[in-house]
Amino acid sequence: MYARAVTWWVILRIALEERFVYRGDFFLGTLMRFLPIITQMFLWWAVFGALSGERNTVVGYTYANMVGYYLLTMISRAFSSMPGLASGISRQVRDGEVKKFLIQPVDMIGFLLLGRVAHKLAYYTVAILPFGLVFFLCRGYFYDLPAHAATHSWTTFAAYIATLVLGFLVGYFLEATIGLIGFWWLEVSSILFVYMLFSFFLSGHMFPIDMLPAPWGQMVEFLPLKYLAYFPAAVFLGKVPPGSLAMELWIEVAWLAFFIVASRILWHRGVQRYSGFGG
Amino acid sequence: MPVIEIKQLTKHYRVYQKHEGLWASLRGLFRREYKEVKAVQGIDLTVEQGEFVAFLGPNGAGKTTTLKLLSGVINPTSGTATVMGHVPWNRENAYRRRFALVMGQKNQLWWDLPAQESFRLHQQIYRIDPGSFDKRLSELTELLDIRDLLNQPVRELSLGERMKMELTAALLHSPEVLFLDEPTIGLDVVAQHNIQQFLKYYQQKRKITILLTSHYMKDVAALCKRVVIIAQGQIKHDGSLAGIVDKFSSHKVVTLQLREGESLDHFEQFGEVLEVVAPKVKLRIERAKVAQSLAAILAQHDIEDVVVEDPPLEEVIAGMFSQVGKPQVPVES
Repeated sequence: MYARAVTWWVILRIALEERFVYRGDFFLGTLMRFLPIITQMFLWWAVFGALSGERNTVVGYTYANMVGYYLLTMISRAFSSMPGLASGISRQVRDGEVKKFLIQPVDMIGFLLLGRVAHKLAYYTVAILPFGLVFFLCRGYFYDLPAHAATHSWTTFAAYIATLVLGFLVGYFLEATIGLIGFWWLEVSSILFVYMLFSFFLSGHMFPIDMLPAPWGQMVEFLPLKYLAYFPAAVFLGKVPPGSLAMELWIEVAWLAFFIVASRILWHRGVQRYSGFGG
Repeated sequence: MPVIEIKQLTKHYRVYQKHEGLWASLRGLFRREYKEVKAVQGIDLTVEQGEFVAFLGPNGAGKTTTLKLLSGVINPTSGTATVMGHVPWNRENAYRRRFALVMGQKNQLWWDLPAQESFRLHQQIYRIDPGSFDKRLSELTELLDIRDLLNQPVRELSLGERMKMELTAALLHSPEVLFLDEPTIGLDVVAQHNIQQFLKYYQQKRKITILLTSHYMKDVAALCKRVVIIAQGQIKHDGSLAGIVDKFSSHKVVTLQLREGESLDHFEQFGEVLEVVAPKVKLRIERAKVAQSLAAILAQHDIEDVVVEDPPLEEVIAGMFSQVGKPQVPVES
């Protein structure tokens, strides 16, 4: 067990070092993440500005709620987004780089997971200051939250942290599963495009999914995509009733288990099928 | 007990056949033609501990496929193989810790980091205790003369230096069996020579079992006593390098040194004239006729010296590849 922990630590440390090699790209990539939120704030400012008369909410959201929601999805996605994971796995299968995971006594899914943890840790180290600044400047958007929101309740805050960690894991195993389809299709960019498209709308990245009319809203609630952006924000904002919070978290854990098992099965079957493409 | 035992090992691939042109590409969206490639067809091979065996064969003969099967990268279509008692495609960690595969065209090191970091990672994943790790690393870096390069990012190393790093990484866990797939590909003569010397020394010292594929005859001649020729997925020859010449070369090269004033003409009647540089004549004569032709030459000409040689190895191998490539040649193993 100790030996395994040391191995994990060394993988994590080396992956972290690798992250810091290209400094310019790293800093720029980290800071540019804040740009989209500004365009979203302008868009909704225009939408709310166009509302007629007394009306100042859109499907239950005030302008402040909406900006607060977007700021929170930015954090959700800082945990759950996995740039280049699925395409990276399928590329490794296609050009034969995956061979090293078949030859060496190391598990690819675990190895890449540690790589992602390193990726995220490096990102947070740099991003924490600008994130802190943005939230401090935008603190006014979080004033009128209910009593069980994370700003008032430690239980909700703890649940919120749990949703971020689970969101990271769901995001990782979901994309790893898509990448492993590469054993059959070799090129997964189209399927990835479809996934990204659905994820953009149905994870809550584009708009809060509880805005969707029935029956679409309920259907989307049953999909795992919401854990990537909407769900952590909803927990923070107190949109999930305290009574059903534990149950909701267990459902997320079940989805995580589903994708862990799915990725394992695909890996196992894929390796059997693998014929060593790429010489 | 043999280290490697292969029985009737077979691997067939299904390869998508794409015809030229846009119309064919569109049709390929709905109906695809596949061709079955028989990469390895019923190979039998036994390798004893401490042997250094070369796999020779034309491109696409099945050499690399055999190495991939033995290292557990791919599953066979049929047949069996064991390496040190393990079935490679079961991919047990116990087996993975006992062998290594080095591919000349593939990089296993972290591209952006110094090789030292990749070695540290190997130490962990192969569970090498710190004492042995330090000892082996200093031994290997000394032998390969790469001590000063350990802290340079791998991407900034030359091809030869990178191959030395790859070999170091592969040998850190002291594998008992080493598979080398074209380890000197693309290297200059000096780098090739260095790698050969290192492999020779290391193999003799550690008595490990090595299977090597290479296109460079010099690698094979320098390193391996035993040569296995594979063509069309089958073993066509298994024996010594000298044995190849005996088996596959039908001619001898005879160099005659003539006494001054002797005519250099009329040697065509004894064999193919390869070169005439006075006072020497080089002939290619059929093996069976060498004695008879020499007697005739000595009777008709005033000869100072005679040298009878086998043709150059490269030439024999090239001739043999074209010969074994033909289906009518009986399969020997």
